[in-house]
Amino acid sequence: MSIWGKVAVAGVYEHPRRYAPDKTAYQLHAESARGALADAGLEIGDVDGLFTSGVGPIGILSLAQHLNLRPDYLDSQAIGGSSFVSHCLHAAAAIEAGLCSVALVTYGSTAASERFAIGTGGGGVGDPADHFETPFGPTIVGAYALCAQRHMHEYGTTSEQLAEIAVTMRKHAMLNPHAKYRDPITVDDVLASRMISSPLHLLDCCMISDGGGALVLTSSERARDLRKPVAVILGGAEAVRHHGIGTRDLLDVAARQSGPLAMARAGVSHADIDLCMVYDSYTITVLLTLEALGFCGPGEGGAFCGGGRLALGGDLPTNTDGGGLSSNHPGMRGIFLVIEAVRQLRGERGAAQVDGAEIALVHGTGGMLGQRHSGVTLVLGKA
Amino acid sequence: MSEPRRPLPRIDEETRGYWEAVVRHELFVQECGACRVRRFPPRAVCPACLSSSTTWIRASGRGTVYSFTVTHQNQAPGFRERLPYVLAVVELEEGVRLMTNLVGCAPDAVRIGMAVEVEWEDVTPEVTLPLFRPRP
Repeated sequence: MSIWGKVAVAGVYEHPRRYAPDKTAYQLHAESARGALADAGLEIGDVDGLFTSGVGPIGILSLAQHLNLRPDYLDSQAIGGSSFVSHCLHAAAAIEAGLCSVALVTYGSTAASERFAIGTGGGGVGDPADHFETPFGPTIVGAYALCAQRHMHEYGTTSEQLAEIAVTMRKHAMLNPHAKYRDPITVDDVLASRMISSPLHLLDCCMISDGGGALVLTSSERARDLRKPVAVILGGAEAVRHHGIGTRDLLDVAARQSGPLAMARAGVSHADIDLCMVYDSYTITVLLTLEALGFCGPGEGGAFCGGGRLALGGDLPTNTDGGGLSSNHPGMRGIFLVIEAVRQLRGERGAAQVDGAEIALVHGTGGMLGQRHSGVTLVLGKA
Repeated sequence: MSEPRRPLPRIDEETRGYWEAVVRHELFVQECGACRVRRFPPRAVCPACLSSSTTWIRASGRGTVYSFTVTHQNQAPGFRERLPYVLAVVELEEGVRLMTNLVGCAPDAVRIGMAVEVEWEDVTPEVTLPLFRPRP
């Protein structure tokens, strides 16, 4: 028995604020939940499944209390920024299995107003391997920089090619009134921005913002009777990569496993994908993810991401909201990937609309590429 | 102890043998006594076959740079004083890759594939860190 096609995203909400020192993270969760339920045309009392990550050690219990929810099903899958993409996958299984009927996924963070150093902070997670890494000063951006340097060495990828990804995301952000950064940038601007961890410059890196978002999922059948056009989960898969026995391969990305599996489950091929929403913590993340998903061959990502291919109007419009590089990045961006994919499939994006968008691929990365990381792929389709 | 210090590793039952050897300026990797798969970092149970039989293999201390990044921003104490510093992954002759710092050469001169050898940084009486420098 397959779950694919039987569960839909019925409501989405992206909190418009990028800086919210007057709000708490819980408040952003709650306001986002209100927005997504209103979008779906459902009430808080309809929610019987709760999915969240990142509000403290027993965060989902704290959030249930904050929202006065007593759901029948709880899932606080915490695998980094991809967690919320994973929540959709798990919610699809739970709803189809009858464990819950209306799943609420929420996210909220005040990373910017708390001045939390994410990318240039340590990134240690307290696991055994940390003690063989943190004494040497790894940062999160450093982990991605190690991958970028290796890709450049093996395949001749250039800083200009990476910079073009940042330029494309900025062009998309210029069409998004809520995006944090909306001034045009050029490849030269990216290359002239200060080096954070070579070869990654400041403008190769996502920002730190505040933010929140929420999703409401239910059966496709029920979703068809709700307020908004339905975006159905056609397929999905998740995967993990790490150092294994110590032979770490910095270019082996979890998307290589989750991508083909999700697409096979959805019964789609690369040519069927109208747009991609991939986690853009750094420019190199986009390149490595699209390669691993099989949109181009190993090593071809630099050329593939150039020439306007990822821009609106290109062959594979990617991160049409401006991404974490230019729109928002409160620390764990996965939920916004799903939100924008759904808005595109509904045809709600106005000037940033991908013409005829019927199938969207979402890929969230959590943790750090080249280190311990997760990858979750979802294929969403217009009903 | 006026100099801010790097974070030190926590030494536990699975890793004590490794850290005690490093204090003696000896670098070891583990090899499974049953399936002979080598592993790093050290752990008690072989992840390939789940055997607890472990042999410690003395490493030559020689390797090559697998990847690196010149870190220009890290405000953590113990690192902000060293900026820019080179974070690297070195592939040992014994086949495993480990995270380290490259010292003894200008950050601009580091290249992937560069031959390197271990250099010891004695941090405390209990903790030494294996760093690497270019090999002549």
